[in-house]
Amino acid sequence: MSESQEYVLAPLFGKAMVDLIAHTPHAKHLGMRVVETAPRTAVLVLPYRAEFVGDPRRRVVFGGAITTLLDHASGLAVACAMTELRAIATVDLRVDYLRAAVPDRDLYARAECYRTTKNVAFVRGVAYEEDPADSFASCLATFMLGPGNIGGAYARALEEHRKGGER
Amino acid sequence: MNSPLDAIPYARFLGVGVERRGEGVETVLPFRDELVGNAVLRALHGGVLGAFLELTALLRLLDEGDATRVPRPINFTVDYLRSAGPMTTRGRAEIFKLGRRVAVVHAVAWQDDPERPVAAGNGKFLL
Repeated sequence: MSESQEYVLAPLFGKAMVDLIAHTPHAKHLGMRVVETAPRTAVLVLPYRAEFVGDPRRRVVFGGAITTLLDHASGLAVACAMTELRAIATVDLRVDYLRAAVPDRDLYARAECYRTTKNVAFVRGVAYEEDPADSFASCLATFMLGPGNIGGAYARALEEHRKGGER
Repeated sequence: MNSPLDAIPYARFLGVGVERRGEGVETVLPFRDELVGNAVLRALHGGVLGAFLELTALLRLLDEGDATRVPRPINFTVDYLRSAGPMTTRGRAEIFKLGRRVAVVHAVAWQDDPERPVAAGNGKFLL
C-alpha cells in the first residue's frame, strides 16, 4: 500500500469502490463501469448491447465503440498515474483491431500508463472478453498533462469519497 | 436521405446523419448531452470523435461503390486537435489509397470552421 500512497487517486484504488464514471455523461450513456483501478492501471467493462453493433450480419460491435472504451480506460489509467490532479487531454489514440469481438459478450478494457514525463503520458491497453492475453483489440495513446485541474470528473469523485468518509 | 449508415446500429445510436454536398458526402453529428466526455467544458468524449471519424471513413468507402461486404477496419488512429464544444460536428473523408485488399482513408472532423478541424483520423480497412 505504501508504494501507491504517492498517487492522488490512491484512496479510490481497488474494485470500483467509487463510481469514477458518474461524472462522464457519455460513459454513463454507454453503460460503462469501472471494474478496478490500481497504480497506473484501469480496467473498465462495457456490457454488450445490440445498439453497439457495426456489422449487423456478423453482429460484431463497431470499432468506434471499442475505441471509446479504450480511450476512456486510457484516460483513467493516466489519472491513476498522477501524483497531483491535473488536466488530461488526449493527443492521439491508435487502435489495432486484432480480431472480431465475440457477439453478446461484455467487453473489457485494461489500460496501463507505462510512462509519464513532466507534460506527457504514454498508455497502452487491450480489449478482451475474458482473458487480457487473448485480446480482440489493442491501443496506444498519448496524453498531454495540463497545469491544473478545474473541477474534473476525478476531482469530484475524490471529493465525494472524502465526504463519504466523514459521514 | 437514405444512407448505408442506416444499416449500422452504432451510427444510429450516436445519431450520425449523412448529407450529400457537391461531389462528396459529409457526415453530421448533432450535439447531445449524452455525447459529452468532460462535463465542465461540455466537450465531446474523445471516443465519440474517434467513432464519428471511423464512421465517416467507412461511409466514404461504402459510397465508393462495389464493396461486396462491409470493409473491416485493421486499425484506426485519431489525432485530437482541439476541444470539441457543444455544437454540431461535421466530417469528411478521402480515400488516400485504394488497393486490391487494403484501403487507406483519411477523415477529418470540424465544427464551426472547416479550416479549424477538431480531430483527424487515419484508417486502414480490409476490403
